[in-house]
Amino acid sequence: MTLTHNRPIADTAVATPEFEAANERQKRRRGLLLALPAYAYLVLFFAVPLGIVIVYSFATRNRFGGTDLTGWNIDSYTALGDSLVRQVLLRSITLAVITTVLCLVIAYPLAYYMATRRESVRNLMLVFVMIPFWTNFLVRNYAWYVILGTDGPLSRVTETVGIGETRLLFTQSAVVLGLVYGFLPFMILPLYASIERIDGRLLEASRDLYASGFQSFRHVLLPLSMPGVVAGSILVFIPSLGAYVTPEILGGAKTTLLGSYIVTQFLTARNLPFGAALSAVLMVIMLTATIVYFRKGGRTL
Amino acid sequence: MTGSITEPRGVTRRLLQANAWFVYLFFYAPIVLLVIFSFSDSRNVGVWGGFTLDWYGDFAASEPTKDALWASLQIAAVSTVVAVVLGTMAALALERFTFRGKKVFDALLYLPIIIPDVTMAVMMLLFFAEASKLFGFTKGFSTITLSHIAFSISFVSVVVRARIAGTDQRLEEAAMDLYASRWQAFRHVTLPLIMPGILGGALLALTLSLDDVVITQFVTGPGWTTLPVLVFGLIRKGVTPLINAVSVVMLVASTGLVGLSLIAQRLRSDTS
Repeated sequence: MTLTHNRPIADTAVATPEFEAANERQKRRRGLLLALPAYAYLVLFFAVPLGIVIVYSFATRNRFGGTDLTGWNIDSYTALGDSLVRQVLLRSITLAVITTVLCLVIAYPLAYYMATRRESVRNLMLVFVMIPFWTNFLVRNYAWYVILGTDGPLSRVTETVGIGETRLLFTQSAVVLGLVYGFLPFMILPLYASIERIDGRLLEASRDLYASGFQSFRHVLLPLSMPGVVAGSILVFIPSLGAYVTPEILGGAKTTLLGSYIVTQFLTARNLPFGAALSAVLMVIMLTATIVYFRKGGRTL
Repeated sequence: MTGSITEPRGVTRRLLQANAWFVYLFFYAPIVLLVIFSFSDSRNVGVWGGFTLDWYGDFAASEPTKDALWASLQIAAVSTVVAVVLGTMAALALERFTFRGKKVFDALLYLPIIIPDVTMAVMMLLFFAEASKLFGFTKGFSTITLSHIAFSISFVSVVVRARIAGTDQRLEEAAMDLYASRWQAFRHVTLPLIMPGILGGALLALTLSLDDVVITQFVTGPGWTTLPVLVFGLIRKGVTPLINAVSVVMLVASTGLVGLSLIAQRLRSDTS
């Protein structure tokens, strides 16, 4: 099936150049008109709010906990250098990187395995990856809360086996576990999409030329699947960095991450300009990653 | 046989199989355990104490949970309808037309998908704070619904676009060659063809609205607590078995919707 773009809608009139041009203009108008409601909506309820966050990040917090939108300054951005803030940023980035690497290590073999299966099996395996992908995120985190709890099932199992009870809840490990659990599908899907496209004969050719299994993986499979690796890593890294629900439920007081820290600025500390500046930093990281994603990974979402 | 990768043999194969089983166990074991414990007759959420339906009874009897469920449903219904109409129009415009500002629109449409929840929550909070200074309204149904539409449009348009890209535009042109009006051609040819995409997008929007906790928490007002916001609050206050039951209800609802959405997107539209 081929798509025919910009084809003038067939009409009874003779296709003179003037007619074609008029037709083209009318088509453009019609396209804009169709896009307009959503366009206007997103400008008003997305682009404008985005702008307001940027404006707030340069504003001043007054003595009453309110925000003065006069007297612009970059205090909120210089505050990012504070040791506490640096600690939170560093911890968030570290946990997000660990999460991304773990997801990659688990997802790559699965995506490869899926690509080798019959089409019917493959589709079934995909569906079972998709279901948790769209299943209630809060509930999936809560499930781990139940499992990791003091008298929870995991502790029971380790006690029975004789390792002693596990105390994972409210630790950084629990947060990483929750993040991997939450975002693993984001890694599997683009990896699978890129591995599935690879011509299997290239792998066979490398083996015919006496490459070992590892060499064939390292020099043929991995480079060819790189777009999927990049796309998946970004898709896992961004939400991990901004995660709020997971650290709130599975993390403890000492595991404040960027997402929770931003929320605190708005709901508890009432330091709106600083919270806005933190959000702006998160957005810049996200936008950079997204540009890399579209350059290297393509649209495999 | 071109293309597809042949299955490895021996130890590699075994390891790959083991990893696959591990991943699916990892995905589904927590969910299964949660369902099991929701029937457990114990005050401790992770301990089995015999079978009971008490917690579901509590759920049915508790006014706050019922109110929250009702609030969630109302918000999800309205935001889905609006998002589906706007998202489908946007998808048609992007797939079938060129117009001024198309690239910017395309980018703007992708942003709500990739932006972290927290960032979007902050954006909406400040936006409504500023807007209420100008117009003076209280936060609640309207602010939550407006925010949900803002992120749902993008998801709907992605799903519908995928469907439009897979349909042949010449069918619509053929209809018009046969003297169908532009509207008739759309109504009787294009719309039925892209219906599975629209349905899939709608169910997705419904799921996203029913699941959202972070953004809703930031833009909610007095009297408008959605089910996820209620559960999130309860978890942080101290866990009770009631949460297990409510979670399972939410789980069943969202899994059911996702299942329907997947089926809808796969439908071969049988239009005669």
